[in-house]
Amino acid sequence: MYQRNKLNSELSFFQKIKEIDYTLLICIILLSIISLLVMYSTDGGEILYHTKSHFSKLVVFFPMMLFIAFFNIRHWHTFAYVFYFLIILLLLYVSFFGLKASGSKRWMDMYLFVLQPSELMKIGIILCLAKYYHRIKIENVNTLTSIILVLSIITIPIIFVISQPDLGTSVLIALSGLIILWLGGVRVKYFVYSLITFLISLPFIISFLKPYQKLRILTFLDPDRDPLGAGYQIIQSKIAIGSGGLDGKGFLKGTQSYLDFLPEKHTDFIFTLFSEEFGFIGSIGLLILYTIIILRIIRIGAISRSNFSKLFCFGFAFSIFIYIFVNLSMVLGLLPIVGSPLPIMSYGGSSMLATMIGFGIVLSAKINHKQIIA
Amino acid sequence: MIKENLGIRKADVINRRMFVIGAAKIVVFVGIVARLFSLQINENKKYLTLSDKNRIREWKLPPTRGNIVDYFGNIIAGNLKVYQLHIIPEQVENFNYLLVRLKTLLNLSEKKIQKIVSLKNKLKPWDSIIVSENLSWSEFLKVNNYLYDLVGAKPVMTISRNYPFSEIYTHVLGYVSQPNEEEILENEIVKERFVPGMKIGKLGLEKTLEKQLIGTNAIQRYEVNAYGKRINQLEYQKGQQGSKIRLTVDTEVQKLSAKLLSNKAGSISVMDIYTGDIIAMYSSPSYNPNLFLFGISQDEWQLIRNNPLKPLINKTLSGLYSPGSTIKPIVALSALENNIINTNFKVKCTGKTELYGQTFHCWKEKGHGFVSLKNAMKQSCDTYFYEIARLLGVDRLNVTAKKFGLGKKVLGEYFDNEKKGLFPNTSWKKNNLGKGWVLGETLITGIGQGYTQTTPLQLCLMTAQIANGGYKIKPKIIVNDDPLSLEEAKNSMELQSLQKPNMRLFKNPKNIKIVQEAMFSSTNEQYGTSYRSRIDDPKYQFAGKTGTAQVKRISKRERELDLKLEQIPYKDRDHALYVAYGPYKNPRYALSIIVEHGGSGSKAAAPMAKELFKLIIDRDELRDKQSNFENINI
Repeated sequence: MYQRNKLNSELSFFQKIKEIDYTLLICIILLSIISLLVMYSTDGGEILYHTKSHFSKLVVFFPMMLFIAFFNIRHWHTFAYVFYFLIILLLLYVSFFGLKASGSKRWMDMYLFVLQPSELMKIGIILCLAKYYHRIKIENVNTLTSIILVLSIITIPIIFVISQPDLGTSVLIALSGLIILWLGGVRVKYFVYSLITFLISLPFIISFLKPYQKLRILTFLDPDRDPLGAGYQIIQSKIAIGSGGLDGKGFLKGTQSYLDFLPEKHTDFIFTLFSEEFGFIGSIGLLILYTIIILRIIRIGAISRSNFSKLFCFGFAFSIFIYIFVNLSMVLGLLPIVGSPLPIMSYGGSSMLATMIGFGIVLSAKINHKQIIA
Repeated sequence: MIKENLGIRKADVINRRMFVIGAAKIVVFVGIVARLFSLQINENKKYLTLSDKNRIREWKLPPTRGNIVDYFGNIIAGNLKVYQLHIIPEQVENFNYLLVRLKTLLNLSEKKIQKIVSLKNKLKPWDSIIVSENLSWSEFLKVNNYLYDLVGAKPVMTISRNYPFSEIYTHVLGYVSQPNEEEILENEIVKERFVPGMKIGKLGLEKTLEKQLIGTNAIQRYEVNAYGKRINQLEYQKGQQGSKIRLTVDTEVQKLSAKLLSNKAGSISVMDIYTGDIIAMYSSPSYNPNLFLFGISQDEWQLIRNNPLKPLINKTLSGLYSPGSTIKPIVALSALENNIINTNFKVKCTGKTELYGQTFHCWKEKGHGFVSLKNAMKQSCDTYFYEIARLLGVDRLNVTAKKFGLGKKVLGEYFDNEKKGLFPNTSWKKNNLGKGWVLGETLITGIGQGYTQTTPLQLCLMTAQIANGGYKIKPKIIVNDDPLSLEEAKNSMELQSLQKPNMRLFKNPKNIKIVQEAMFSSTNEQYGTSYRSRIDDPKYQFAGKTGTAQVKRISKRERELDLKLEQIPYKDRDHALYVAYGPYKNPRYALSIIVEHGGSGSKAAAPMAKELFKLIIDRDELRDKQSNFENINI
């Protein structure tokens, strides 16, 4: 009892402040500042709607992140399932009463802002599965019931999201979930088998589709196909990045961006604008910043005593990595265009909210890294 | 403890598996960096070009044509500022209202309105539509007054071709107008520089000198956005005006030619006999080339097209005429050169000659009696020339005529409408008509009738080459870089003739002299055919030869009637011709005059030579001075 009490004793406020991972915090602040500058550039060098809105989101979500950080990680463990089910309810709500925009129903009106619950699910799934694998006995990880259970945990939100339709987010949710399965100790051969099965069945699935269905899938894969010709976005994106060169065209001087050649420059293609204006050097700098953030999160996971914290941190680090990877591959023309934002940089409240919650929990894990969760 | 152990085991699994994906992450990040490197460093140039292609668009402006000046530097084809009215559709608030306002302001036709509407639907909203190419000053003022009410309309000042001497030079210069599709595609330069509103040469020197005259486009480089809208101007590259071209022509002589030929169909050509400079080249009637600049109206076009005097034909170069008696100097020279005759050779003229049962008439019914070469030329005795032509034969005559430039283009490269004419010989007839030559045809060829067809400019060149002592000259209408003075021209002509034997058109210089003297007597001695048009003052004194070309065969009945000119229908009247050179003592200029259906050469054509020589010789000194300076500033 004594030991337990000692380990689980609440830290004082000042101890908490002392325990904050300042490297991570500074990196997040830096990233926020960069994102504001880039947003300012997308507005054509003026403080217009996007800049103001992005700024106000940062102003709300950054303190929220700190607020989350000061809660003991134990509480987040406690609320993990609740959090997950809450988001499922929101997804359910959206599928009935959601706001429709450009052909998909993803958003709900929160009066002050518009929420996209599927973005929150990216964090929700990690929290939920981290708790599950924290609690389950290691012998039971590979039992049939356990596998079925975790697969349902992943599948249920994906069904909602995919029917919105929103392929990009559902893939990211699936990957975030699968990574926890991996970390949790699900047998490697299961991953290998299912990958092989997927790859083999893929051509069959496609060949059984009717032409109009294939076309639907194409449009589904790439809903924003430009009437000027498929691939317009990606061509313009590559031109913007390529023309940036070593040191870029200079801040506010990205011609591709301010002459409107860049599609979706506020959201999914924000990196294109950044890369055009700041060049190879700037892009590498941004990647390094992201890398530091990811490595810090992994370090926090590594020093955490509880498996919940480990699983969450590793899972979240991997998620951020996946977001970056998918987004950059897309704008660099390595992957087909699926909507996926760049964390913090892209305009969009829900994505930032989810990321900030994640950062908050990670910071909390750092503060309470000695905490053992029963 | 067991629980603790399990927890540690689990943490081991987590850490181990984290390590695996950590490695995967590194690989993926390296991949992304490599991709960034390839795009931004390796292919930077390619994408930079693509990005510039995206954002920079060029607008070409019509080039400014080079000026054409006469020998004295007077602009005969220049450029004028004109005011145009453009509509920029994207700036228009209410297109229909604007059209209604413009229609009443500028009296636009319904057709024009329809054209504007169809243009508007075809063009991009930021491309301007030209409503009026040439606003009059009052229209321009009106438009400016109501500009507040004409949102989207824009008065624009641009530059347009202008021919200050209107019809005086039409057949020399031609005119410019909007090119049609074919002309754009055919001509590389036009294709490359074409912009709506640009005009190109359609005829004459404006057409043949297009390359020099056209100039280069001014270029406006704009940054445009993804929708093609101009954002800001990056650069304005000034175009270069086309080259200035100086012609050998003298506007005063050209004007006098026009005056002399007013209300007549015909042509006057004047040439420097040493340099080959064309001093004047006028075909009458002419028309105003300025009418074509902005599209000629149907009415005006019909008026020009249906004029019975055929203003559209450049008679100097494309008009083919029988030379009539003006060929006689060549026939005489040919006979002399071939030693058929000498100055003492005489023929008895009884008014007609019989050959194989065919009668060949002399113009003088009573006949000239015994005539020598000099008298035959002076009085233009046809019988004499029938006889020497018969003795000479058409083939030998043809050789001489060809030497003096008949049957060949004079300015070929500059005027694509120039005709080469024809001087027949036996093999020509065999090859082209499939029949053998008949001796009777030799006779009529000897008096410039029959198959022979010459352009007025050929006759002028022929006369010039007789006048300069029988040397070949190259006629030209464009001033070379360094115009030669009279002495230089003379010397170079003689020098060249020593180097190139074919420059000498004679065997014996005496023969040329004999012909020259005969021509002198024709104008300056009593009974000469152009004696009445002579000038006694040796400063202006000239030598010439009249000609009267039959347009149709004269029937026996008509010969007996001996009708007056006015009694013959216009179409059947003879063409009046005159060739001459002067001043006789020290010749410098040759000319040829043709008055279509003017009657006899001595009455209709020769008097014009008198007036022309007065002016030309008066301006001789001025012309010599002008040749000294190289550049004329305009």
